[in-house]
Amino acid sequence: MTFSKKTLASSIALAAATLMASGAQAQMSNDEVRIGYLADMSGTYRDLAGPGGLEALMMAVEDFGGTVNGVPIEVFSADDRNSADVGANTVRGWMDQENVDLVAGMVASSVSIAVTKLLDGTDTLAIISGSAASSITNEHCTPNHIHYVYDTYPLANGTAKAVVEQGGDTWFMLTADYAFGHALESDVTKVVEENGGEVVGTIRHPFPTNDFSSYILQAQGSGADIIGLANAGSDTVNAITTASQFGVVQAGQQLAGLLIFLNDVHALGLEKTQGLLLTTGWYWDMDDESREWAQRYYERTERMPTMVQAGIYSSTMNYLEAVEAADTDNAAAVRAQMADGPINDFFARNGRIREDGRMVHDMYLAEVKSPEESTGEWDLYNIQATIPAEEAYRPLSESQCDLVNN
Amino acid sequence: MTMIFGVPLAVFMGQLMLGLINGAFYALLSLGLAVIFGLLKIVNFAHGAQYMLGAFAALLGLQYLGLNYWMALLLVPLVVGGLGMLIERYLLRRIAHLDHLYGLLLTFGLALIFEGSLINFFGVSGSSYPTPAALQGGLNLGFMFLPTYRAWVLVAALVVCLGTWFIIERTRLGAYLRAGTENSALMQAFGVNVPLLITLTYGFGVALAAFAGVLAAPLYPVSPTMGSSLLIVVFAVVVIGGMGSILGAILTGLAMGLIEGLTKVYYPEAANTVIFLVMILVLLLRPAGLFGKEA
Repeated sequence: MTFSKKTLASSIALAAATLMASGAQAQMSNDEVRIGYLADMSGTYRDLAGPGGLEALMMAVEDFGGTVNGVPIEVFSADDRNSADVGANTVRGWMDQENVDLVAGMVASSVSIAVTKLLDGTDTLAIISGSAASSITNEHCTPNHIHYVYDTYPLANGTAKAVVEQGGDTWFMLTADYAFGHALESDVTKVVEENGGEVVGTIRHPFPTNDFSSYILQAQGSGADIIGLANAGSDTVNAITTASQFGVVQAGQQLAGLLIFLNDVHALGLEKTQGLLLTTGWYWDMDDESREWAQRYYERTERMPTMVQAGIYSSTMNYLEAVEAADTDNAAAVRAQMADGPINDFFARNGRIREDGRMVHDMYLAEVKSPEESTGEWDLYNIQATIPAEEAYRPLSESQCDLVNN
Repeated sequence: MTMIFGVPLAVFMGQLMLGLINGAFYALLSLGLAVIFGLLKIVNFAHGAQYMLGAFAALLGLQYLGLNYWMALLLVPLVVGGLGMLIERYLLRRIAHLDHLYGLLLTFGLALIFEGSLINFFGVSGSSYPTPAALQGGLNLGFMFLPTYRAWVLVAALVVCLGTWFIIERTRLGAYLRAGTENSALMQAFGVNVPLLITLTYGFGVALAAFAGVLAAPLYPVSPTMGSSLLIVVFAVVVIGGMGSILGAILTGLAMGLIEGLTKVYYPEAANTVIFLVMILVLLLRPAGLFGKEA
């Protein structure tokens, strides 16, 4: 855990508490904007956000100038090790001792749900960039968080719909056995059934799993057209590797990876992943703006950014702009400011933050290139279609969020 | 179609086969641990990291030196085993007279250092190691499609396991080893270089882990964290088999692979837990392990 060496004098904390109580003269609590970055820094989800996400956040702070309306921006970070307990305890400590204003990053959905429960009603805002579960802005919505990059609803809607339309009617689901996997599985099942397909079997495997051979064999035995992978990170990588060893594709079945990040495709190689359909919130080679930012990021990290890392930069930038405009770091005021008006930058197109906290923006259906098509180490996707922001995400009319008037 | 508890026979047989293959893998890894613990009384928490180093050495050897799979299978255990000998000679020997806990902490620390440094350079996503050309493709067993490489893993692991058992339990060298750890002063009086014997034994145990790592490289993504998840399971296997029992480690490894394989069919949610349930039961009923000698 790396905290700034400056520990806060109790008098400043007292002053901050007084300011909060008085409300009207909110301004910047403890004369600093304090951002805590919480993510899996060492485990299975490290490469999709992790230290690279922290680098993106630092980049945003530097590009912003390091101060907002004259007060400095402080950044600190911690490893949640994909544990809801560790994540929640870390953030509790940050609120008690560090006067954290914004919790950024956040990957495992179970961690995000635990942390946002803790923040509900406090003066701290969370912007979740890494998590996937759509329940985060549905039954688990709070006024204290924004879900920024993507969620399971567009993943299911984009990939599953495209696959069913191409004739993949019967599905066998391999699901990571926790909040995110369950959310993705239920979103996919809904989309498959609505489009006339059928889910013929499901296995919920422990998270994380090393050896997928048994599950792949069972999926082969099911005779389904499509093996849907409702998992992420190393689980997806392991499942795809094993499927290729067992000749799944040669035997006539197809894999549908529902949450695949750029780093996964990079790690697996195009030989094993070519032709895979996936839905993504952003791709570095989309257009000039995205390429330009990605190039700057690459120079710092020697890796191309994932959609999550790009989203962390974009959301931090938008947060700081909102803090500047509202001249306060009060969670409710900043969130209202961020939701006031569209978000369009190198990352988000036609973006806006809805009352449930969901940042909706255009999503993309991509196909993994073949080794022959690819011209470089990171030249991995063909963008096939744009899914417009308003169609991609769960409509508010179906929302179970208390902040939405249905 | 014949069904076994609601599962078609063919699927059932396939799962048994996979369980056996995973079991052979567990056996190979727990064997190294059992040799090191049984003969040297060192709880080698770096075993998972040494397994990972084996896989990494194979991968880097291929990328930078053009070392092919078969050469890696031969050379990598020697190199990583040599590293093990250095660790024994310069670190573990200094604390050999202290409580076993110190050895555990030292090796655990080393494991974290190996893992952390490699994460720093390579990240956790890992890279894939190509299956050697001679072992590509698969065999149609009638009830399943078995990738040739997995069949090879089963054979190679079993041969190495039985060979190790034979050397330690049935040869003169093995007898020296066992005697040297039982009463080293007496053996030294007979002119046997016991410290050298201990260094070689630790190196051999580490080489077994590295050998397993090379075997695993084409199966799983080669990543710095590949050892840590396996280590705990392998320790459970050693505890179930009886700390230090060589044959116990081999048989328990195979049995746990089978039990885990069947759990993956009937109740996949518990697949990562079932071995620990067995461990608790064994500790309650036979604290010395299934094949351990009662103290």
